[in-house]
Amino acid sequence: MDVAIHAEGLRKRYGVHEALRGVDLAVPTGTVLGVLGPNGAGKTTTVRILATLLNADAGHARVAGFDVAANPREVRGRIGLTGQYAAVDERLTGRENLRLIGTLHHLGRRTARTVADDLLDRFDLVAAADRPVKGYSGGMRRRLDLAASLVARPEVLFLDEPTTGLDPTSRNLLWQTVRDLVGSGVTVLLTTQYLEEADQLADRIAVIDTGRVIAEGTADELKRRVGGERLEVRLASPADARTAVKTLNWIGAAAVSEDRLTVTVVLPPGMHAIAEAAAALAKTHIQVDDFGVRRPSLDDVFLTLTGQGTQVQQGRAA
Amino acid sequence: MTAHAPVAGSPLVNAVSDTSALFGRHLRHLVRMPEKLLSVTLMPVAYVALFGVLFGSAMQVPGGNYQDYLMAGILAQTMLTNVSATALGVATDLGNGLVDRFRSLPMSHAAVLLARTGSNMVLATLSIVVMSAVGYLIGWRLDNGVGPALGGFGLLLLLGFTMSWLGALLGLVLRDVEAINSVAFLIVLPLTFLSNAFIPLSGLPAWLRAVCDWNPLSAVVTACRQLFGNVTGPLNDSFPSRHPLAMSLVLTSVLLLVVVPLAVRAYRRAVTR
Repeated sequence: MDVAIHAEGLRKRYGVHEALRGVDLAVPTGTVLGVLGPNGAGKTTTVRILATLLNADAGHARVAGFDVAANPREVRGRIGLTGQYAAVDERLTGRENLRLIGTLHHLGRRTARTVADDLLDRFDLVAAADRPVKGYSGGMRRRLDLAASLVARPEVLFLDEPTTGLDPTSRNLLWQTVRDLVGSGVTVLLTTQYLEEADQLADRIAVIDTGRVIAEGTADELKRRVGGERLEVRLASPADARTAVKTLNWIGAAAVSEDRLTVTVVLPPGMHAIAEAAAALAKTHIQVDDFGVRRPSLDDVFLTLTGQGTQVQQGRAA
Repeated sequence: MTAHAPVAGSPLVNAVSDTSALFGRHLRHLVRMPEKLLSVTLMPVAYVALFGVLFGSAMQVPGGNYQDYLMAGILAQTMLTNVSATALGVATDLGNGLVDRFRSLPMSHAAVLLARTGSNMVLATLSIVVMSAVGYLIGWRLDNGVGPALGGFGLLLLLGFTMSWLGALLGLVLRDVEAINSVAFLIVLPLTFLSNAFIPLSGLPAWLRAVCDWNPLSAVVTACRQLFGNVTGPLNDSFPSRHPLAMSLVLTSVLLLVVVPLAVRAYRRAVTR
């Protein structure tokens, strides 16, 4: 299979801080790689190296068939980049922004015009097209920003936390756009702090932490790596958490949620443990609101792999 | 989906097209920011009126009137404001991610800075025109013919252009608005006041006079006074005072040749943080 993005041993150091400590990635053409990690893990640095904005201290990378360090111009003609900021000119109108990007891609005046019109239509910005971006809502800006990164019909699209702070409507539109693009053969590298986003969009997921890829695979593969199904017991009172843990601990190490209302334990295969657990809980005075089995989530993956799941979980809830 | 084929063009043709596209961007900014137009027209006019009338009533310049003496100085001083104007514009593009976007495009890097510094010359020209009109009203005259006068205005624009590139470098390196304002102030203030822009240097102690003589702004101002046919005041017998035109051309060009590559290099490495 063709590989659209290939990175090997990328290293980057800022002073004493090692932002990347040997990142390896391979993204087959026409697929989505979700790069998942907490703030400061090295996600943005990786994207900037792949998008030719930064030089790596060591290692090399090829994007759309060209080496990012040796042929940055060839790479730039084939990629689109949407960063964490809506990188658009506030004083220009939406239409002027897109035409400017088209002109700077050397598409020619006429093509730049038609491309701008098409994209405004596609991103539901026709009504606002001739107003300065200054007056746009946050969601409209991000849509225009994404449109700007698609002006030259890139083969490879980098989305650096594209939905951070986005309203649900704009987020869904962005997700749908990404699916459409991938359907037409575009390769996407998407960084995110949101597990749900990676789960929804990505064919494969790379978990990155402190400048290194610590796990890579499909969402299912990653979930399998952290063990089987979980028994989740929801308590009526946090005061019962300790007793509940004592009652369930023989199955495995039981974990208590931060609000002390949920106790989770990884189940061994088979029905036996579930039945025993139900019987044991019934013998105590504990009032159980909910008793259920669930498959591991990416939250569990992240928690297990990095030991810092709370930040990501909060991010997801926000 | 296939990529839009870029229209084939030589690197030079592309660089020219990039510059003109971005020049258009900055011209649109000017039209949409009336407050910016005010700052380059009203402020200098206020300077001419205030300095011309207030200082003019107290200052005597041997061989002519103070209004005549003042105009070249105040025009040159206005060109120095290009430092902070360009620095702040570049820092804004850097802060909101536009520099990242431009740098991820297959376009000329120098075009981004050239379009910005070039478009600032449109504003600078506008300031010069408005200030000259007000100068005329308070009695300033060009007594040396059209050709030399145009040469003087060209010299002012060269100074402004150099200062604009210096500003681009500062903006890319400092990034922060407050830092830019402080550093620009530290550059512009001594350049302005340790010069002959507002006062003849003859009354200064010898060491300070030497400093002021070698200030590039003094050379530009004296050269402009000569080209405009204005009173120069008493000049020292120093090398820059004897060759103000050559001196001003050399100093500004050398500064420009140093600052342009540094700014382009800083741009190539700049990323939004």
